[in-house]
Amino acid sequence: MQDFLQLIVTGLVIGSVYALVAMGFALIYKSTSIINFAQGEFVLVGGYICWWLYTMLGIPIVWSFMLTMVIAVAMGVVLERLVLRPMIGEPIISVIMITIALATVLKSLVTILWGTQIKVFTPAIFSQKAIHMGPILISEVYLWTFGFAFLFLGVFAAFFKFTRVGISMRAVANDQQVAQSMGISVKKVFAISWSIGALVSAVGGLLVGNINGINITLSDFGLKVFPAVILGGLDSIGGAIIGGLTIGILENIMGSYLDVYLGGGVKEIAPFIVLIIILMVKPYGLFGIKEIERV
Amino acid sequence: MPCGLFFETYQKDESIFPTLWLRVWMIALGIGLLVFPFVAQPISDWMGMNTLNMVNLIFIYIVGAHGLNLLTGYTGQISLGHGAFMGVGAYTAGILANMGWPFWLALPMAGFMSAAVGMIFGIPSLRLRGLYLAIATLAAQFILDYAMRNWSSLTGGSSGLLVPSASIGDFTFDSDFKFYFLALAIAILATLYLKNITRTRTGRAFVAVRDRYLSAEVIGVNLFKYRIMSFGISSFMVGISGGLWAYYITIISDEHFTMWLSVQYLAMIIVGGLGSVLGSIYGVVFMVALPELLRLPAEALTNVYPDIFVIFSSLREMVFGVIVIIFLIFEPDGLAARWHTVRAYWKLWPFSY
Repeated sequence: MQDFLQLIVTGLVIGSVYALVAMGFALIYKSTSIINFAQGEFVLVGGYICWWLYTMLGIPIVWSFMLTMVIAVAMGVVLERLVLRPMIGEPIISVIMITIALATVLKSLVTILWGTQIKVFTPAIFSQKAIHMGPILISEVYLWTFGFAFLFLGVFAAFFKFTRVGISMRAVANDQQVAQSMGISVKKVFAISWSIGALVSAVGGLLVGNINGINITLSDFGLKVFPAVILGGLDSIGGAIIGGLTIGILENIMGSYLDVYLGGGVKEIAPFIVLIIILMVKPYGLFGIKEIERV
Repeated sequence: MPCGLFFETYQKDESIFPTLWLRVWMIALGIGLLVFPFVAQPISDWMGMNTLNMVNLIFIYIVGAHGLNLLTGYTGQISLGHGAFMGVGAYTAGILANMGWPFWLALPMAGFMSAAVGMIFGIPSLRLRGLYLAIATLAAQFILDYAMRNWSSLTGGSSGLLVPSASIGDFTFDSDFKFYFLALAIAILATLYLKNITRTRTGRAFVAVRDRYLSAEVIGVNLFKYRIMSFGISSFMVGISGGLWAYYITIISDEHFTMWLSVQYLAMIIVGGLGSVLGSIYGVVFMVALPELLRLPAEALTNVYPDIFVIFSSLREMVFGVIVIIFLIFEPDGLAARWHTVRAYWKLWPFSY
C-alpha cells in the first residue's frame, strides 16, 4: 500500500508536467486546429536554454528562468509566422507532417549545439533532500516541480477565463469567422496561442530538467502528451490537465507492476496502450466535443 | 497537327502509356535499368559510393512507398505506423527463413502478416479520421516497436536476427549485383499494380473515400470495407518491402523500424507527390539519394572543420526536416506535380494556348 501511494505521488508530479505540456498542446489545437508534433521539442529547447543560461553563462536562476520564457515566446511567434501560417487551410496530412519536420529540425539543432550527453543544472537549484510526508518519502525537487507546474496551470486557467486576450482566444476557438467579424485579430490570436504553447512547454522542460538532468529524451514528453489530450478530449484544456495527471499516475503504476511480466520498459508504452483503448471506446475523450456530421 | 493530346477512341484514352514518346521513353528506361548493374562499378568508383547498393535500397523502399501512397495519397488515411509494419514484414520473413521456409513462400507470408497487423490497427479508421487516426497509428508504431525490442525469444531483441540470403532453387541472391534483378522485378510489379489498381472499381472507390467519404457512402461505397482493404493492401506492400529488406541486409534489428522510418516514408510520398504513382518513385529516389549526396560535401569540409562527422547525422536530419518544410510550403503537391508543370510548359512551347 505504501509503495502504491508512493507511485501515485511521484506519478502525480510527472503528471503535472504532462498536464502543463498537454495544456499548451490543447491550446494550440483548440485555437488553430493544428496538431503539434513539435510540442516535445519545445520542452527540449526550453530545458536546454535554461540550462545553458544558468550553468554555462552563470546567470542567476530567476533571470535565466525569465529569459527562457522570453525566448520560448519569441520562438513560438517566429515559428508560427514562418512555418505554420502558410499551412492554414492545407490538408491534415501536410499540417501533421510540417510539425513533424519542425520537430526534426529543432531536435537536430539541439544535438548540434549541445551534444547528446546528459546535462545537469549545477549548482542544483532545488535540493534533492527527501521529506517524509506520512508514509511517503518525497524529495524536495519533486514538490517544487509540482508547485510550479500548478502555479502555471492556475495562472493560465485564470488568463483564459478572465482576461480580454483569453476571452478573445476562446472566441476564436469557437468560431473564427464570427470572432473576426467582432474585431478580433485571428492572426494575433494564433501567434499568442503558439507562444503560450511554447512557453508552458519550456517551463515544463526546465522543471523536469531539474529532476533528472537534461538530454535528448526530454522530447518524449511531446509524445506522452497524445494519450493525455486524447483522454481529456483534444479540444478541452481542462481535459488536457486532468488527462496529463491521469497518464502520469497510470504510467507509473503500470510500469512498476507489469515490468515483471513483460520484461521492462512498460512505462514507455503504457500510455499508448491506454490511448488505443480510449480511441476504441470513447474517441472524443472525457470532455471533448463530439463531432456530428450531417450530409 | 493537333495542338494537344486528343484521344479519338476510348481504348486510346484508357491505355497506360498513351503516347508514342512515352512508350519510347519507357522502353529506354527499361533498357537502362537492365544495363545499369553491368556499368554500376565504374559509376560507383567515379562517385565514390556504392551506387548498386543505393539503387537496391531505392527499389525496396519504392515497394513500401507505393503501399503508403495507396493508403495516404489515394484513400486519404494517414498512417504513422508504416515503419513498424515494415518491421513486422521483415521479422516475419526472417523468422520463417530461419525455420527453413523457401524465399518464394516466406516473402508473401511477410506481406500477409503485415497486412493482418495493419488491418487490426486499421479498424479504428472506421470511427476515426484524420488527426485521430494519425494518433492511433502512432500508438501502433510504439507498441509494435516495443514488441520487436522486448519479445526477444522471437525477434532476437537488440542483438538482432540473422537471415540467410534469398534463394530460388539453387540460385542465391547473395550479392548486390544478383539482388538488383530481384528487387527490380518486385519494384516493377508493385508499380504496375499500383498504376492499375487506381484504374479499377476498387481504386476509384478509394479515391471517393478520400475526397468526400459521406457522398461515397451515399452512392454505395462501403466505407468500412474499403478503408480496411486499403490498410490491408498498403501494409501488404510495406511488409513485402520489409521482407525484401531483411533478405537484402541479412541482419534485422529493431533499431531500423522506429518512428523515424515511418516519418521518412511519409516524407518520401509528400516530397514525391501524394496520390501519384510517379510521385512515390521520385520521392524515394530523392530521399535515399539525398543523405548519400550530402556525404560528399561533408567529406570535403573535413579539412576545414574536422568535427563535421560527429554532427553529420544530426545535420542530415536537419536538412531532411528543412526540405520537408520547404516542400510543404512551396510545392505541397510534390516533385511529380512540379515535373508535370515543367513538361506541360515545354510540350506546346512556344504556342501554349
